[in-house]
Amino acid sequence: MDQLAEHFWAGCAAGELLFQRCVDCNQVQFYPRGVCLHCGSEHVEWKVSRGVGTIFSLTRVERAPNDSFRALVPYSLALIDLDEGFRIMAHANPQLKIGDRVRATFFNHDNLALPRFEPT
Amino acid sequence: MAYLSGTFCSPFGRHGGSTAINLMATAARGALRDAELKPPQIDGLLTGYATTFAHLMLANVLAEHCGLQPDYCHAIQSGGASGLTMVMLARELIRSGRCKNVLVVAGENRLTGQTRDMAIQALSQVGHADYEVPFGPTVPAYYALLAARYLHEHSLSEADLAEFAVLMRQHAATHPGAHQRDAIAIADVLASKPIATPLKLLDCCPISDGAAAIVVSIEPTAKTSVRIRGSGQAHRHQHVSQIVDINATGAKAAADLAFQEARVDRGRIEYLGIYDSFTITLMMLLEEIGFAERGEAAAKIRNGDFSKQSSQPLNTHGGLLSYGHCGVAGGMAHLVEAVRQLSMNAGERQISEREWAYVHADGGVMSAHVGLVLQREK
Repeated sequence: MDQLAEHFWAGCAAGELLFQRCVDCNQVQFYPRGVCLHCGSEHVEWKVSRGVGTIFSLTRVERAPNDSFRALVPYSLALIDLDEGFRIMAHANPQLKIGDRVRATFFNHDNLALPRFEPT
Repeated sequence: MAYLSGTFCSPFGRHGGSTAINLMATAARGALRDAELKPPQIDGLLTGYATTFAHLMLANVLAEHCGLQPDYCHAIQSGGASGLTMVMLARELIRSGRCKNVLVVAGENRLTGQTRDMAIQALSQVGHADYEVPFGPTVPAYYALLAARYLHEHSLSEADLAEFAVLMRQHAATHPGAHQRDAIAIADVLASKPIATPLKLLDCCPISDGAAAIVVSIEPTAKTSVRIRGSGQAHRHQHVSQIVDINATGAKAAADLAFQEARVDRGRIEYLGIYDSFTITLMMLLEEIGFAERGEAAAKIRNGDFSKQSSQPLNTHGGLLSYGHCGVAGGMAHLVEAVRQLSMNAGERQISEREWAYVHADGGVMSAHVGLVLQREK
């Protein structure tokens, strides 16, 4: 895991969903990089998301990749469009549907605080 | 000019006691025999990768094992697109004058060389290590996220997806080398074990052992004169969470380049070899590339289109969904079948005489696209 990813996951542990915004061109990006993908500026800053967005897609996983996740089966993975203008993968409440409005919560799994989205 | 002068595809399924290298060596010998070439005539060698044998110099290992001493030799990695990427590169090596006969090989004991968990875990690493893999996804889950959204946007159902599984199984039933040949119905697909909604077990290709090889040559052989007339690639993203528009994954862009180069329209195509790791893969590729209107591919199957008797038969070997999937060679099987059909060498599966074919593969999660336009010279 690189330093940017460590910073992102430390944010999750503190209950904050972090993303980046370019100081020069204002473009939002996720996942974090050392430069702005839009204008190439190195002046990218961390921002804290309100954690509110919309479900873009959702799947209920019945076949886990390993023992650690087998304990959670079935669990729902989602792609969420955050209101600030970026998309992330996260866990989600299994009752949710595409288009539903959601808000981020966090739960601990394998030493990480994983974002899990719940109905607003 | 670059001709597909020799092909080989092993039966896919369970090859207990096999290794990646001996599967690849068998395929290499088979393609050389088919092309009627001797090892010293091979001046280029390209290989894929094997999840069961992660060697730093796989192509060199195979060259030595097979007694080949090529002037140009390396492995490449582009997921499921690797096979067609290698064939595209082989053609460029022929056209530049660098090589006269390039052997393209892939094979792997993906089923028996590791546990199912090891295979599933290794494959899930195509996701982002820091921002996707920590959530416990699998490759079916990545494609399920695409499938759920695609069905939603285009008002399609799981029964529509099931059409592709049933058609591939019908085609596999007539190929003795296919991994899965027992007939299935739509209801069987819908009732199969849930994997990652909306995908069930029969929406997913099996994990197989197997190998394939293709020789690309400057000259045709007496038996076959199928040429590569156009090729194209497109790469828009790697990870599913980074796809901007699921209706523009790069598939059409790659195909457009191939068709422009071949100076032929999609309507001239008389055979299709389209990558089908999941039912959703086949639906999205056919519709984005333009072999079906958006949301209409399943309805076309119900109408008899894409069958062996149709004007555009699709994956007559059974595709990844039923012929099987052993990694890089899985994506080459579509091309091997296309060459055999165009050359009238498909035995009991032979369709009526055709001139033009289009073959397409994707690697990752609709990430790396390669398309080839083929023509049989008269």
